[in-house]
Amino acid sequence: MGWQCGLKLQMGEIEQKRKTVFVTVGTTLFDALVKAVDTEQVKHELQRRGYTHLLIQIGRGSYIPDKCEGEGGSLVVDYFTFSSSIAEHLRSASLVISHAGSGSIFETLRLGKPLIVVVNEDLMDNHQSELAEELAERKHLYCAHPQALLETIADMNLESLLPYPAGDAKPVINLINRFLGFPDD
Amino acid sequence: MEGEHHCCFSIATMITIFLLMVVVRVAYVFYRTGKPLSSKSSDPRSTLIVLGSGGHTAEMINVLSVMPKDRFTPRFYIAAATDNMSLRKARVLEDSLVDGQNQDEKVPAEFMQIYRSREVGQSYITSIGTTLIAIVHALWLMIRTRPEVVLCNGPGTCVPLCVIAFLFKVVGIRWSSIFYVESIARVKKLSLSGLLLYKLRIADQFFVQWPQLQRKYPRSHYVGCLM
Repeated sequence: MGWQCGLKLQMGEIEQKRKTVFVTVGTTLFDALVKAVDTEQVKHELQRRGYTHLLIQIGRGSYIPDKCEGEGGSLVVDYFTFSSSIAEHLRSASLVISHAGSGSIFETLRLGKPLIVVVNEDLMDNHQSELAEELAERKHLYCAHPQALLETIADMNLESLLPYPAGDAKPVINLINRFLGFPDD
Repeated sequence: MEGEHHCCFSIATMITIFLLMVVVRVAYVFYRTGKPLSSKSSDPRSTLIVLGSGGHTAEMINVLSVMPKDRFTPRFYIAAATDNMSLRKARVLEDSLVDGQNQDEKVPAEFMQIYRSREVGQSYITSIGTTLIAIVHALWLMIRTRPEVVLCNGPGTCVPLCVIAFLFKVVGIRWSSIFYVESIARVKKLSLSGLLLYKLRIADQFFVQWPQLQRKYPRSHYVGCLM
């Protein structure tokens, strides 16, 4: 009994020390992001910053990162293609590195997780970078291109990020109500 | 001979008068577009909600969740035929309304799918045919629903529906108010759908979520972030 208790305590300690970086490419693919994360420099930098695990959602991409069990105290690396429980992964992450889709961005911000958005330069209609850049200017997240990911991780100061206030659809409804001549509540 | 001349003249006159009436009517509809309705009635309005996909649908659901449902009744939801997710989300929202109220009461909501004029990767030649089918289908759905309120937020699917709603105003089938909410992802430039509905002055009210976009398109209304 006592031995089991001790083990549980130890497991708890390990869980506490576990700091996961979750990388997500969304519903399609973003090999440039997976490649950028799967470099020795980036993994080394993440470890230097105290992260212990790296979990990558690679989608339909063809670039497969190297798995690593964490031998010799190195970063534990794992990946998967798709999952219905992205929300769970986001919740248990200490840092999220995401593609620039608005769904992924706002889900992460709402959970209050530090976020680096990596913009896909290969997309034809690249209006998505607009949102990430604007939110980066407002200090809600960091925005990077795949080549600049290493620098961003090295220079980031998570303390300086500001929480994102929840959105509000009331102003839209108020204007519509007024336009249609509905009496005010 | 003279009678024939006279006949030609009167036909030409009638056509001219008819065209003039059409021009005057179109001008009147444009003049009224964007002006609030004068009637102060609280009668419910039939509402068409066009669901985009992914992020667009998520933003629309946020709008719907604070909408006073008793004023916007019945509700018709339209999504692209290839997008099952959006209608499922709308159904979840409508079901949650029923749970809170009388179980016997039927939800005043209908869910419909619409053919898209062009799928990603489709060739341009075949897309002429599919575009025609999509237009006829959109027309059929609009004749069936004849909404008094059209609420949409892109992308492309909503444009033909809004154009048809506008034509209904011109012809006198149904007067409707058209509302467009530009996506939160648009910070500096409008989307193509948004730009069309803004520039053609089809939308009665045009909402944007970033102040710099409002400054660029002064007829729009800044409403802050929906997400």
